[in-house]
Amino acid sequence: MRKFGGILILALLACACTQNAKEGDVSSVAISGAGATFPLPYYNIIFKNFTKEMGNKLTYGGIGSGGGIRSLKDKTVDFGATDAFLSEQEMKEMSAAILHIPTCMGAVVLAYNLTDLPTLNLNGSVISGIFLGDIKVWNDPQIAALNPSLSLPNKTITPVYRSDGSGTTHVFSDYLSKVSPRWAEIMGVGKSLKWPVGIAAKGNPGVAGTVLQTEGAIGYVGSEYALSLKIANAKVENASGNYIEANTESISAAADIDLPSDMRTSISNSSNEKAYPISCFTWILIYKDQYYNGRTKAQAQALTNLMDYILSEDAQSLASKVHYSPLSIQALQNAKDLLKQVSYNELPITSNLQ
Amino acid sequence: MKDKIFKGTLFLSATFILLLASGIIYALVSQSMGAFQHFGFFEFISSSDWNPREGQEKYGALSFIVGTLSTSILALLFCLPFSFPVALFTGEYFKGTKLASFVGAVVGLLAGIPSIVYGLWGFYTLRPLIVSLQLSEQGFGILTASLVLAIMIIPYASSLSSEFISMVPNDLKEAAYSLGATRMEVVGAVSIPVAGSGILASYILALGRALGETMAVTMLIGNTNSIPSGLSDTGNTMASIIANQFGEAHGLKLESLFAIGLLLFLITALINFVANLVKKTF
Repeated sequence: MRKFGGILILALLACACTQNAKEGDVSSVAISGAGATFPLPYYNIIFKNFTKEMGNKLTYGGIGSGGGIRSLKDKTVDFGATDAFLSEQEMKEMSAAILHIPTCMGAVVLAYNLTDLPTLNLNGSVISGIFLGDIKVWNDPQIAALNPSLSLPNKTITPVYRSDGSGTTHVFSDYLSKVSPRWAEIMGVGKSLKWPVGIAAKGNPGVAGTVLQTEGAIGYVGSEYALSLKIANAKVENASGNYIEANTESISAAADIDLPSDMRTSISNSSNEKAYPISCFTWILIYKDQYYNGRTKAQAQALTNLMDYILSEDAQSLASKVHYSPLSIQALQNAKDLLKQVSYNELPITSNLQ
Repeated sequence: MKDKIFKGTLFLSATFILLLASGIIYALVSQSMGAFQHFGFFEFISSSDWNPREGQEKYGALSFIVGTLSTSILALLFCLPFSFPVALFTGEYFKGTKLASFVGAVVGLLAGIPSIVYGLWGFYTLRPLIVSLQLSEQGFGILTASLVLAIMIIPYASSLSSEFISMVPNDLKEAAYSLGATRMEVVGAVSIPVAGSGILASYILALGRALGETMAVTMLIGNTNSIPSGLSDTGNTMASIIANQFGEAHGLKLESLFAIGLLLFLITALINFVANLVKKTF
């Protein structure tokens, strides 16, 4: 048995060497990934471009962050994608070291439906109050205090939230837990929560559709969806006390701060004064050492090329076209440093993109 | 020899279906055991708590059982005044006429509309109507869901019962006519009692369809995980909570969703069982 194993490894190595020798073989490797649905439209575009440029076939299954992590753990995909970084516990449960490579940025916006009110200012404690059911009408003094120039209607607020488990809910509740102790105590952080008031709808389209159809409704929606449909959304007060509109620049600004080198961090309530406060990263997860499960060097090389392409100016500049935000300079630098750690059987692998 | 092969093939197909059914039941039971063991069977079905927060996880099915039963039974009540007259129209009064076959075809068409289309119609047409009638603040809830469900199950209830009404032997009806009975008296005293068990069966079928309906209900019920306090309140159903939450669910939550699936299956089975009992007794 041992002898057989040895032969197998030799065979694999031989295979890997021959594949490495010929450049053409890298491009014939198919790459597969699965995970978060939030960055799906962005990935669709850049993956298509990558295939056009490098020849690799790419498949990506939008099965949700949880599914992506599970697939990477089971080693059925080359990379997983997630909207929530892995906890220490989850990192330990993976069989080997993994890297979190941020790919782009997004945000959660508060879409509302109030006729004749094109702008609205909100802050963390008011948002928390609305979704906890403490603030019930639009002309509540707490909302009025943030919007002195508006005449708010005496209308019941209908909060709308996600009925399905979602990274959007995670980002939203993560922000509110940071800024509202009451929220942290009652609701906490999670992909699905126990909501005291409001109605629920499935997916971003469900929440956005319900808000648009219901006078007096407010709901949290992924920025990529809300901005592409130009749904009215509130300016939110950030950590520096500025009311910020969610757009490509203000979302990227949220990551223009000191970031940990492993990039496992939440950037909501960012300290940057120009930052939209409910911003987030989305990550691709890969194994740090690509020599596992009999993977060839060509596979490792192709995956490294892909990651390098995602961090390139070409790919990043496409992000804002589909209403995502490019990584900030700081985030991009950290991501590139992370990518340098990728190895194959402990030998470093560098992208051969240029 | 040929006969034997034919018999053998039939036997195989029948066994396959039996195996498939028991496999599905086995999977449902084995996957849901975790939730029943963790919370206890009676606690699980009598608790209306649904708290996915880490560390405080607690799942109970009562609000969804109430949501499913209330929407389905209401839908059955709402559909009665339409489905029953349609059944009499096509199966008795205008039996065999072109008009009857036209009405029958249109009702059959209702059955062919996909559930998501009913959901869309309910969301964009019925819901604003309910808001403007001030039956509810935002238009979502038990009432809206039941109304759409009612329309969805009309074809199931009416086409089958029309079939049974038209199958009432002519001898019986002619006997009644010969005694000087009017048409209405014939329908009331002969057709309906004779076709009674069949009509009942068709309504049970319709109820079964309403119990399992997912998409249209999800779009209209509001998806709030608590026991609805009234017709205009929002709620959630068993099928809808599964459809909404299975994607990101794992561990105890996934087991609880399986447990709800098993309960839904049991409720449907129980209703069928009762229906058969009623049919035999009367």
